[in-house]
Amino acid sequence: MGVFQQILQQTLNGLSLGSIYALLALGYTMVYGIVNLINFAHGDILMLGAFVSYFVLKCLGVTPGTLTLSFFISMLFCALVGILMEKTCYKPLRNAPRINALITAIGVSFFLENGARVIPIIGPNPRVFPTLPSVTYEVLGVGISRVQILVFAVAIGLMLILNYIVNFTRIGKAMRAVSFDKGASYLMGINVDQVISFTFALGSALAAAAGILFASAYPQVEPYMGIMPGLKAFVAAVLGGIGSIPGAMLGGFIMGVAETLTKGFLSSQLADAIAFGLLIIILVVKPAGILGKAIGEKV
Amino acid sequence: MSRQYKTTITSVWLLAVGFIIINGLVALRLIDEYTTQVLTIGGINVIIALSLNLISGFTGQLALGHAGFMAVGAYTTAALIMQLNVPTFLAILAGGLMSALFGLVIGLPTLRLHGDYLAIVTLGFGEIIRVIMINLSDITGGPAGLKGIPPFTTNFFWRPVLSFALVQLFLILVIIMLSNLIKSSPGCAIISVREDEIAANAMGINVFYYKIFAFTLSAFIAGLGGGLYAPFFGYLNPNMFNFLKSVEFLIIVVLGGMGNITGTVLAGFGLTYLQEFLRFLKDYRLVIYPLILILMMLFQPAGLMGIFGNKEFSLTGFVRNLKRKQIFRRRSASDKAGDHQ
Repeated sequence: MGVFQQILQQTLNGLSLGSIYALLALGYTMVYGIVNLINFAHGDILMLGAFVSYFVLKCLGVTPGTLTLSFFISMLFCALVGILMEKTCYKPLRNAPRINALITAIGVSFFLENGARVIPIIGPNPRVFPTLPSVTYEVLGVGISRVQILVFAVAIGLMLILNYIVNFTRIGKAMRAVSFDKGASYLMGINVDQVISFTFALGSALAAAAGILFASAYPQVEPYMGIMPGLKAFVAAVLGGIGSIPGAMLGGFIMGVAETLTKGFLSSQLADAIAFGLLIIILVVKPAGILGKAIGEKV
Repeated sequence: MSRQYKTTITSVWLLAVGFIIINGLVALRLIDEYTTQVLTIGGINVIIALSLNLISGFTGQLALGHAGFMAVGAYTTAALIMQLNVPTFLAILAGGLMSALFGLVIGLPTLRLHGDYLAIVTLGFGEIIRVIMINLSDITGGPAGLKGIPPFTTNFFWRPVLSFALVQLFLILVIIMLSNLIKSSPGCAIISVREDEIAANAMGINVFYYKIFAFTLSAFIAGLGGGLYAPFFGYLNPNMFNFLKSVEFLIIVVLGGMGNITGTVLAGFGLTYLQEFLRFLKDYRLVIYPLILILMMLFQPAGLMGIFGNKEFSLTGFVRNLKRKQIFRRRSASDKAGDHQ
């Protein structure tokens, strides 16, 4: 295999990983855009989504049909968890100092992780995630597996749906309005609470889908699986410009490619460090992100 | 001699006498070795929690990587003692300085922005430090850990006493430094940054400078805590300093009350002691901690000291109170004497 093909292969793998990060980053960026909160627990929603799908597939066996069903069940479940989380933990703190909301988010994150660890049917040990038999197709000397095709198809499909919801529906318009000015949209008769809950539901559903894709690509589920993808997706959201939806997608792809190229050509242990290195570089060079707008502080 | 000066002198005497008595009790084994050990660990925890309180409680910038600073301090101290034979006391200070340097380097790019970024970058920093420690196996022993760090003294009898005394000495110095800093003019500037960044800026306070100052000082103190940790335990492993450890300090700060030194001290010793008691709960402990965080933030965001109006315990104030009562008593005694005559 030539160097060029190797680079191409790693880029393809990176895009596949990146589309998972992008799905997750969308949740961060939407929530941040609307309530100015870094939802630390977002990565753990990915874990929950993966586990729901794991149980569905364990009960029903693995076929393309049950996999699709598991996507629906898991996304619905996580959307409900997202709404519950927002209503119980974040809503009472909406007017509190930001640091309080951040600490609560960390608490929720730990609660979900350790809660999953303590529940007997999940437990602390990693489990093998059931997947369809793997098939690899070869195109131009570059191998593309069936899981990667699934990842691309689901991720791109969901992003198109999200794009439609945000740009062409009433609730999407309300979301954009609330993100622009919460007070004014309240005066215009928009039910701000409902819009915020909807945003959490939407973000959590995307995270659940990302969780199933992540678990299929690295066939393993465990309670702490959401931490690293969550952090990297957050970095991706900042990279693209936090609050910007196309930015989150772009950031996700860049993160994925950067990570696989580091793994392939430098060192696999550096791969986790590269994410935070990237974050520090962005914060120094262009804190608003690639597609974000720098907004001055309102007095 | 002014009255204030006298009060300070009396307070220092009181502190010194208390310190000697408690160390005497430890040396005579009237406080058993187990309790001494728990108190020593508690002291280290309180030092690091205080450093976190400085940046998160007083300055209002959430930092989630204090285990990382602790690791920098601990490994620097251990390396200096083991490889260069530096005296332990100097090595601990060097650990603090190294950690402060890391704090400065991380703080410069991130503190320019909104506080949220600091939380993520410090969290990432903690993880990077752990990865670096695992890879620098010449100095750190890699994932297997670093064994055989020489303790404060090899004398079996004096070892717990000296560890205890040194940790509590550092703790007292840190408390005195912090409580004086908070009352000073830079301290007021730091608190104003927490209260309202924009207003502070408008009043001519260099917000960025004070954030960097508080963060670097916080890293320095956390490094000292780590430096004390290394010779006390004699063994270091990169996985001791994970994210969970950072969150443990955060829980101490939140429980005691953000921006309250007395609260942090009480919560720090209390939680360390409680941890020993709660061992039977095993993994359920891990669920109780985050619940404490969430419930405190929802119902009692000012922490336990918030119940008492967020007051601080002050030794000088205590001494002043005692004196006032004595004067009162003496005067009433002479009044009574007058009545009899």
